[in-house]
Amino acid sequence: MNLLEVEGLEVRYGGIRAVKGIDLRVEQGELVCLIGANGAGKSSTLRAIVGITRAAAGSVRYGGAAIAGRPAFELVREGLVMVPEGRGIFHQLTVAENLAMGAFARDDAPAIRRDRERIFALFPRLAERRGQTGGTLSGGEQQMLAIGRALMSRPKLLLLDEPSMGLAPILVAKIFEIVRDVARQGVTILLVEQNARLALEASSRGYVMESGIITLADDAKKLLADPKVREAYLGEGVE
Amino acid sequence: MDIFIQQLINGVTLGSVYAVVALGYTMVYGIIQLINFAHGEVVMIGAMVAFSVITALAPGGWPPLMVVAAGTIVAIPVCMAIGYGLERIAYRPLRNAPRLAPLISAIGMSIILQHLALLVWSRNFIAFPQIIKSEPYHIGGAIITNVQIAIIATSVAMMAGLALMVYRTRLGTAMRATAQNPQVAGLMGVDINRIIAVTFLIAAALAAVAGVMVGSYYGIAHYQMGSLLGLKAFSAAVLGGIGNLPGAMLGGVLLGVVEALGAGYIGDFTNNWFGSNYQDVFAFIVLIAVLVFRPTGLLGERVGDRT
Ligand SMILES: Nc1ncnc2c1ncn2[C@@H]1O[C@H](COP(=O)(O)OP(=O)(O)O)[C@@H](O)[C@H]1O
Ligand SMILES: [Mg+2]
Repeated sequence: MNLLEVEGLEVRYGGIRAVKGIDLRVEQGELVCLIGANGAGKSSTLRAIVGITRAAAGSVRYGGAAIAGRPAFELVREGLVMVPEGRGIFHQLTVAENLAMGAFARDDAPAIRRDRERIFALFPRLAERRGQTGGTLSGGEQQMLAIGRALMSRPKLLLLDEPSMGLAPILVAKIFEIVRDVARQGVTILLVEQNARLALEASSRGYVMESGIITLADDAKKLLADPKVREAYLGEGVE
Repeated sequence: MDIFIQQLINGVTLGSVYAVVALGYTMVYGIIQLINFAHGEVVMIGAMVAFSVITALAPGGWPPLMVVAAGTIVAIPVCMAIGYGLERIAYRPLRNAPRLAPLISAIGMSIILQHLALLVWSRNFIAFPQIIKSEPYHIGGAIITNVQIAIIATSVAMMAGLALMVYRTRLGTAMRATAQNPQVAGLMGVDINRIIAVTFLIAAALAAVAGVMVGSYYGIAHYQMGSLLGLKAFSAAVLGGIGNLPGAMLGGVLLGVVEALGAGYIGDFTNNWFGSNYQDVFAFIVLIAVLVFRPTGLLGERVGDRT
């Protein structure tokens, strides 16, 4: 079953068409990635799906229902959650408060507490720093907090926008491990990344986006083997 | 020495009212970066409504405290309705407009509110019925009255309540999150329109009580009383660091003290060239000095961390 179905999605900024009518789908339980160069329109796509950027055309169906025009804060309650590019940590809120904000849409206090302890078990660094403000965390810790915070909302579909951006290689590996982990726990994930290799290795399927258009859509393994992908995104020359 | 203590007492009393009003400016600014110039008028309406209720009930022979409480209880929802209306009518439609637009709309609303008050309560100074007998207590050669004690205690209680709400509850955390990054707050499931409305409601409720307090303190109300009081409270908010809650509290009390001490000593320092009737000038000296030397205010280091 398709949890997310996007058809003919278009995003415009003034006269510029940043997303030019794309189709994509994510099935229940899948980890799918959307890769592409900087400026390809990946973030615009995610933002349009959750409604913080208005779609100029096209339809977005989540769990079978059309969600175009619905505000992001309502979709959170239905399990559609995005971790924005740049993480969006509340710098003046403590780690614990940031996590509490992740659970804002819920009101089952005991379960929220249990989830928080699970997040702390998953990210011991965050547990150590629970009383510190978000702004004092390192980039990697902030990304863990952003993911942990999103998990606090008990997402069904998690949209991750470049979780590895700006992180040292060792942290990039750690973040991808976490993403796979979350996927294994049954959360459906649409992962936007510039690190094409790691994204494709973690995913079952992938989409390649170029200047607002999806140019390739296939199984991740096939994309990893595709000469065009290898040349353009995996940094390999093709003889 | 007794002048000093006396002016300190007077300054803290007035300053705590400034603080309560300044909180309204700073909360709204913190969340939508708007100076709600009509906020002083909300204070004025609070004073006026309380005046009408108190005047109506005064001859009834009820206990004076109950009468004042009744006036406050009526003033609060009236002011909250006005605060809510301001946001819905004058600010929300302009949320994505250039920054000057809501500012002009705020000034327009303050003029409208003044003139509504003029129609209802006339252009005259209105004497608050002095139903609470002022009782002086002597401390260190100075006098503090029961009214002053009540004003300080009420202000402190409201500020403590607000601080608890903002720093210890889910709603308060959502308010702080929205102030820092409204879009991400939305991604967490926060309906930011609701948070903004709640902010205006709280600011207006505080303003209502502040109106009752100034009215009772000076014993007088006037349809234009909100503009000067509003400007002073705004100065206090800037002094503390606009957008910063503890800053508004500190700025309010400091401004009240500076003003009272200034009024108390300006004659001595200027060989009686200037008298205490110049007291209003201190707020603006403070405002200008802060804007020139420390535009972020005493406690404000942030103006937002939008990423
Ligand atoms: N808010 C905006 N206003 C105007 N142009 C934008 C805005 N956001 C993105 N763009 C433009 O849209 C295009 C796609 O951007 P984006 O979706 O951020 O790409 P990606 O996430 O793939 O790097 C880029 O050319 C970018 O400059
Ligand atoms: Mg992007």
